[in-house]
Amino acid sequence: MRHIISLLMENEPGALSRVVGLFSQRGYNIESLNVAATEDPTLSRLTLTTLGDDSKIEQITKQLNKLIDVVKLVDLTDGSHIERELMLIKVKAVGAQRAEIKRTTDIFRGQIVDVGTSVYTIQLAGTADKLDSFVRAMGEATVLEVVRTGVCGLARGDKVLSL
Amino acid sequence: MAKPMLSGGEMLARALQDEGVEFIFGYPGGAVLHIYDALFQTSDIPHILVRHEQAATHAADGYARATGKPGVVLVTSGPGATNAITGIATAYMDSIPMVVLSGQVPSHLIGEDAFQETDMVGISRPIVKHSFMVKRPEDIPATIKKAFHIATTGRPGPVVIDLPKDMTHPAHKFEYEYPDKVKIRSYAPAQKGHSGQIRKAVDILLSARKPVIYAGGGVVLGNASAQLTALARLLDFPVTNTLMGLGAYPGSDRQFLGMLGMHGFYEANNAMHYADVILAVGARFDDRVTNTPSKFCPEATIIHIDVDPASISKTVPAHVPIVGPCDAVLDEMLDIARERLKQEPECLDRKALAEWWQRIDGWRDAHGLWTACRYAPESTDLIKPQAVIEALCKMTKGQAYVTSDVGQHQMFAAQYYRFEQPRRWINSGGLGTMGFGLPAAMGVKLAYPDADVVCVTGEGSIQMNIQELSTCTQYKLPVKILNLHNGYLGMVKQWQDMQYGGRYSESVYEDSLPDFVKLAEAYGHVGIRVDRKEDLEPALADAFGKYRDRLVFLDVHVDPHEHVYPMHVAPNGSMRDMWLSKTERT
Repeated sequence: MRHIISLLMENEPGALSRVVGLFSQRGYNIESLNVAATEDPTLSRLTLTTLGDDSKIEQITKQLNKLIDVVKLVDLTDGSHIERELMLIKVKAVGAQRAEIKRTTDIFRGQIVDVGTSVYTIQLAGTADKLDSFVRAMGEATVLEVVRTGVCGLARGDKVLSL
Repeated sequence: MAKPMLSGGEMLARALQDEGVEFIFGYPGGAVLHIYDALFQTSDIPHILVRHEQAATHAADGYARATGKPGVVLVTSGPGATNAITGIATAYMDSIPMVVLSGQVPSHLIGEDAFQETDMVGISRPIVKHSFMVKRPEDIPATIKKAFHIATTGRPGPVVIDLPKDMTHPAHKFEYEYPDKVKIRSYAPAQKGHSGQIRKAVDILLSARKPVIYAGGGVVLGNASAQLTALARLLDFPVTNTLMGLGAYPGSDRQFLGMLGMHGFYEANNAMHYADVILAVGARFDDRVTNTPSKFCPEATIIHIDVDPASISKTVPAHVPIVGPCDAVLDEMLDIARERLKQEPECLDRKALAEWWQRIDGWRDAHGLWTACRYAPESTDLIKPQAVIEALCKMTKGQAYVTSDVGQHQMFAAQYYRFEQPRRWINSGGLGTMGFGLPAAMGVKLAYPDADVVCVTGEGSIQMNIQELSTCTQYKLPVKILNLHNGYLGMVKQWQDMQYGGRYSESVYEDSLPDFVKLAEAYGHVGIRVDRKEDLEPALADAFGKYRDRLVFLDVHVDPHEHVYPMHVAPNGSMRDMWLSKTERT
């Protein structure tokens, strides 16, 4: 099962490499990963998605917690949560396709953020699933380039990951 | 009082002193020259100049295992740092507290492929508990404090501090103050176990009919031997120790079943397999213990105490996990169990326990290594390696510090030396590092100059760090080296015998081995060669008597075709599936 693990870690050089290194060292996989500083400049928030059964995920969270640089950790998939990913996608857009792509983009609540004579660049935010669907929905159109941020997320309600 | 103004190098020297460091094991080089000069001018801490950086880490490791205090290593950048890696990994796998100070090229050259530059923090990352690179000289005291705190608390482990050369420059002085305490917001190892879980565990223990206590290196590291022994005796439960746990329970005690695992005792492995309750303390269900995890102890309810939550349910799920230091958890268990037994003396099923002990004694009588001699010494004129260890144990009354290398000799030592106390058996259990034994023995001998320190080794292992004979000369370290000489890489040969049709691919030395007696003599030591059974005990007596103050290299030529038994049947075997000799299996 896919899990979204989100953690606060020391905003220091080397902290990220310890987290990523742990995954390769112990043979865990990372499906997506993103990291940036938080409102507290001494902390970074890292969110990753990984696959594994319960015992594997338990090991992953325990091993992550053991890293001295990891301050706090939550498996968002344990409870109800909001997840978002941003995608920029560049597609070939000529002739009748231009209108069709625009319509699909609207349906998915995306925005065309750059327009060229033969290409559109579309911005889309949502769950990883939704982004996958959008890429599939492009159908006939030629996808030239895709870039995705990886999943980030927060728990719903009052639950907060903080010091 | 005004704070002293010190350079980075001086702060480092002073901080080590303030930390109570007794020895530094190291090797100088370009990137650490400022530090070495500061040590020369300001430090009283004895520095042990090894002959190879790997030996510095093993010596610090041996010191740490014997004393419980952190070992300290100082090496230069580049090759100095990479040579230390095997020793750091060794310490990491066995959770040994160690602080490694590595030099680094000056900050402005980092990343430029400068002379003797290597990314030490990067290279060591998977094999350290934590690491630091010093970015400002004034951070040195706090970094040292943190490093020692991390290395020695919770599940111990090695910590690396990488020091760019400009951080220790003698011209730049800073106010020095060594912090009293340290706070790391993301690091708070458990101080005690969960009381509810402990209570539940005691209930299960008291209702056990076929219990076993399976105690590992965590009991030794956590100084919990007394508590473990008290609990086992209170409940009259059998105890088995892992390779790392030997000495955690007194070897000659009736309740001790010997080591368990791949080369574990028949009675220990059987007791585990048929147990209804297993109390695992400071052990990690290593693959060398469990054999096939899915077939491991099918009937057992498992209680697992460990200070490291990640060790619990990693390979074998625990029914009652207890995260906490072994000593504190066992203390609490003891209190509860004593109370319960006082209130209801009948709560322990003593009849079932008596039956269980009867079964265990049956296993002991059938194939126990200590009940009768199982290796047929009379079948040959050659000395059996097991007999050498038994003679050593007798000569030293089970009280020596025994370090070992890795291979058959290590297993023979683990099986036939009866360790009565913790911290006396010093071996590389997790990483299995050949070349560990001699430098580790140096570290132990420095810590305990009056104790008997023996390195049990083989021709393969000893040659991996034989250069340390020179260090022993320089610091007058009269360790005893007991080389079980069989002319092969014995454990490799054993596997080739058992699984590769006796094809000895690169496990034979032929006539290439040195004359170890002359070699020892060349370094100024005593060498004794033993070929005949009747010469063994006199040679040992000389080593510990006449040559008490000398390093003695005992080169004992043993039966080259001996195998270590029992040995787990693999793959797909369970704990009880063992080879008992070349021809017998369970």
